[in-house]
Amino acid sequence: MASGEEDGTVEEKETNNKKRTKGTIATAWLTFYNIAMTAGWLVLAVAMVRYYLQKGTHKGLYRNIARTLKFFQTFALLEVGHCAIGIVRTSVIVTGVQVCSRIFMVWFVTNSIRQIQNEESVILFVVVWTITEITRYSFYTFNLLNHLPYFIKWARYNMFIVMYPLGVIGELLTIHASLPYVRRSGMYSLRLPNKYNVSFDYYYFLIIVMLSYIPLFPQLYFHMLRQRRRVLHGEIIVEKDE
Amino acid sequence: MGHVEILDAKTKDKLCFLDKVEPNATIGEIKSMFHKSHPQWYPARQSIRLDPTRYNASVLSLSLSQVFLTEYAGPLLIYLMFYFRVPFIYAPKYDFTTSKHWVVHLACMCHSFHYVKRLLETLFVHRFSHGTMPLRNIFKNCTYYWGFAAWMAYYINHPLYTPPIYGEQQIRLALIVFLFCQIGNFSIHIALRNLRPPGSKTRKIPYPTKNPFTWIFLLVSCPNYTYELGSWLGFTLMTQCLPVAAFTLVGFIQMTVWAKGKHRSYLKEFRDYPTLRSPILPFIL
Repeated sequence: MASGEEDGTVEEKETNNKKRTKGTIATAWLTFYNIAMTAGWLVLAVAMVRYYLQKGTHKGLYRNIARTLKFFQTFALLEVGHCAIGIVRTSVIVTGVQVCSRIFMVWFVTNSIRQIQNEESVILFVVVWTITEITRYSFYTFNLLNHLPYFIKWARYNMFIVMYPLGVIGELLTIHASLPYVRRSGMYSLRLPNKYNVSFDYYYFLIIVMLSYIPLFPQLYFHMLRQRRRVLHGEIIVEKDE
Repeated sequence: MGHVEILDAKTKDKLCFLDKVEPNATIGEIKSMFHKSHPQWYPARQSIRLDPTRYNASVLSLSLSQVFLTEYAGPLLIYLMFYFRVPFIYAPKYDFTTSKHWVVHLACMCHSFHYVKRLLETLFVHRFSHGTMPLRNIFKNCTYYWGFAAWMAYYINHPLYTPPIYGEQQIRLALIVFLFCQIGNFSIHIALRNLRPPGSKTRKIPYPTKNPFTWIFLLVSCPNYTYELGSWLGFTLMTQCLPVAAFTLVGFIQMTVWAKGKHRSYLKEFRDYPTLRSPILPFIL
């Protein structure tokens, strides 16, 4: 009844209100973000289908969709920020690795090495990415709106089983195809002697990137498999501590 | 249900027989069960591993001084291999030749001195509070130390190495900084060792001693890291080599994390901890 006590509860209410407002803003922003990304990748899907139906070939398809692909894939960098500020409950590192590998493929392989843009492997991974992202972003959207149709949940946690390996194959074949052009042009490379006493060979760097799929891909794949078992079958899996 | 026999690691005497152990019991639960029959061995002081003579299991951990000796001997030897231009590193016409730049010889002496000092400190100066380190950490640490040593040494000892832009002035300044910080780092290690007499468990706040190199304790909680950073900055300046700068940066980030942790635990443990001190960089960090 004392004014001190009253002030206490008023302060509490204010902090709770602030938290609730922050939560509402975060939810609103995330909903907008996921709807926008779903739309973006849908646009990409439609553009690719239209191109193929009109021209009957995949040659030139990448050039046609390049700008849209670069825009929406780069925008995904925001997701690392979402994890960092805590409005999305995923590890910053896992998200960071996934987004960075996409950015790397788009900007430092397909964008800069024009000779490989008509390879079939490029179409393979772009198609895989499109299907995966449309499923993923619509899953997040419906989740945020609290109306998740089972088939979207099913798609999100089952299609990756085929999509992930197909995507990896597409990416690896593309990098492999780019190697002779990288070697011949010496692009992104720094030779000795120079005043920083360092050198960088993009050709060998790409080979190391390809090798790094060997330890990294299984980890991501099994992470998704564990999530799948937990979400679809309610299994509780205890991770090893050491 | 199974049983577990606990033997003494040295004498192989049977210490304890645990009957009725669940098949999925954890090591923690076994340690608790052992503690019940031997109350002086509380679980945190137990180290249990499979007896290699009875199972084909390798020893799962090494003692801390063994770990450090491996971690430090590696860079010492690896750098020397590049310095002496052992075959299969550079083009065959350079095998077993030496660099024509005198700063390269100086850099080899400094790098070797640094790691010999660390090895000797591990053997004679440091007192370790934890007993062992798990195998995964050892693998990770060795990759880090040995990998960076090879990357640095490759460029410094390369036939196409470019000496520092500002020549003798730059190298002289770098050497002074390096030596100053090496002496400083050693002084701090000695001061920390003298804080705690052998066998005692009491923890005390470190203070400046008569040695001027320890006066930095007035401003910093972990001056050993401060001096270590200084040494590597000196080495970077001396060699003007980007990989060395990268190694210095990564080391600085790691040491800052450690220094902040140590500073926080000092503050928690001692009510009267000096307020002027920062974790690693005076007034800054």
